[in-house]
Amino acid sequence: MKDVSLEIPDGRITAIIGPSGCGKTTLLKSINRLIDINDGVKVDGEVLIDGDNILAPKADLLALRKKVGFLSQRPYPLPMSIADNVLYGPRIHKAGNGQVRAQIAELEKNCPLGLECDKAEDKKNGHHDALVECYLSLAGLWNEVKDRLDRPATELSIGQLQRLALARALAVGPEAILADEPTSALDPISSQLIENQFKLLKKNYTIVIVTHVLRQAFRLADYVAFMYMGELVEHGPAEQVLKNPKQERTIAYVKGEFD
Amino acid sequence: MNRRKLTERIFIALMLISLGAVILSLLGILGIIAYRGVTSISWSMVTQLPKGGYYMGKEGGILNAIVGSLYLGLGSATLALLLGLPIAFALQKEYIRPRWADLIRLSLDILWGTPSIVYGAFGFVVMLALGLRASLIGGIIALTLLMLPIMTRAIEEALRMVPKELKESAYALGATRFETSFGIIARQALPGIVTGVLLAFGRGIGDAASILFTAGYTDYLPRSIFDPVASLPLAIFFQLGTPVPEVQRRAYGAALILLGIVLTTSLTARYLSKRLSKHTIR
Repeated sequence: MKDVSLEIPDGRITAIIGPSGCGKTTLLKSINRLIDINDGVKVDGEVLIDGDNILAPKADLLALRKKVGFLSQRPYPLPMSIADNVLYGPRIHKAGNGQVRAQIAELEKNCPLGLECDKAEDKKNGHHDALVECYLSLAGLWNEVKDRLDRPATELSIGQLQRLALARALAVGPEAILADEPTSALDPISSQLIENQFKLLKKNYTIVIVTHVLRQAFRLADYVAFMYMGELVEHGPAEQVLKNPKQERTIAYVKGEFD
Repeated sequence: MNRRKLTERIFIALMLISLGAVILSLLGILGIIAYRGVTSISWSMVTQLPKGGYYMGKEGGILNAIVGSLYLGLGSATLALLLGLPIAFALQKEYIRPRWADLIRLSLDILWGTPSIVYGAFGFVVMLALGLRASLIGGIIALTLLMLPIMTRAIEEALRMVPKELKESAYALGATRFETSFGIIARQALPGIVTGVLLAFGRGIGDAASILFTAGYTDYLPRSIFDPVASLPLAIFFQLGTPVPEVQRRAYGAALILLGIVLTTSLTARYLSKRLSKHTIR
């Protein structure tokens, strides 16, 4: 990648588009430093989140990943039950009851999603159960799994798994969600469910989605960045980049001249 | 065209012959041990210590060897797991440079191929240097060394089979390397880890050469870890070595007991790992 400089707008859906192998995923994974796991990657420059450079040697990797959630191309459930998948994040981050309650209250205030999380006080396991219900509802999965929360997550279909992965990421309490072609392994109906969830979520989260499906970018994105061969060719509001692109390569891509 | 079909047939025949040879030898071993062993096993054999003149065909049993083998096997398997699991994790690329990991793997493979008598001799030297005599602890240490490379390599292979994306999922949620390794990867790799432990346990509990000098042999039960201890492989060896046909037959009884121990542990461990791994991604 070279000369990538991009400002990601807060509280919007930003789509990174471009042909396969152009560096979309690499760019996305640099934002939560998941790229560090890959071999032979050298990262230069700065990535600023709320003014902090996350590439600084002293940057707190765990806090970063708590703040920035991630959805991968193919969802992998953690080897545990459906409920434990959702609770894994809050557990490792040692979220206490107070924090869980605040997180849920925040959700209910800002998300008029028709969230039907019952009150934590009425439940056997209190806050944890409420947390599971809230985030599964937020990911649009609650009704399908509410009777089998203790079953292994591996029993779910791949479309359900992706929504479980979304619930799992949201439960950590991030401010932003990075999604790496989150619907490319899914059937059309599951894809639509994920897209709908994203539209709801953008009120409270900054979302960055990598996609090579142009129509998806049309449907979802407020802001679009087009990459080609490791370069950021053009970026701007979705209307402009997708309908009236200025750069020749963007025009060609949007017209479908290369894939 | 015909030639290709012929090659195909020859190849299939070859596979069937090899398969048959393996199954026949397995059945042969089990059959002979069971046939000769069952007739000589008696209640007194598994409940009594050898009495005077046991090896000349008199009364008694080999409880000392059964208990001794269990102590040796379980003790060294536990110790090897405590050492081997961290090594197996350390060999993952999050922790160590691949070049170093390859070097360590090579060393472990060499150790795996080392004959067990060499471990016995090595353990013997170490014991002499420490001023110890043949003892339970000496045997456990020698067997741990024997088991370690087997267990570590088998566990490490199981860990490497865990999909990279699963690790990525855990890291993306803000998990530390420790949480990812022991909370997620170990859970996913549990069946493989169990297999590795069993492989090493089976090899260790059946080994005679490494404990010949280090654990010694005795007709009594050890009262502390510094006492010498008997073992089934050596009991088999000593009983087969006598000129008395009846005692020789008892050796097959001892072999049957040893097989039984290995089989029981395998089946129990597999059952437990299946129960515990219902969440594992397949």
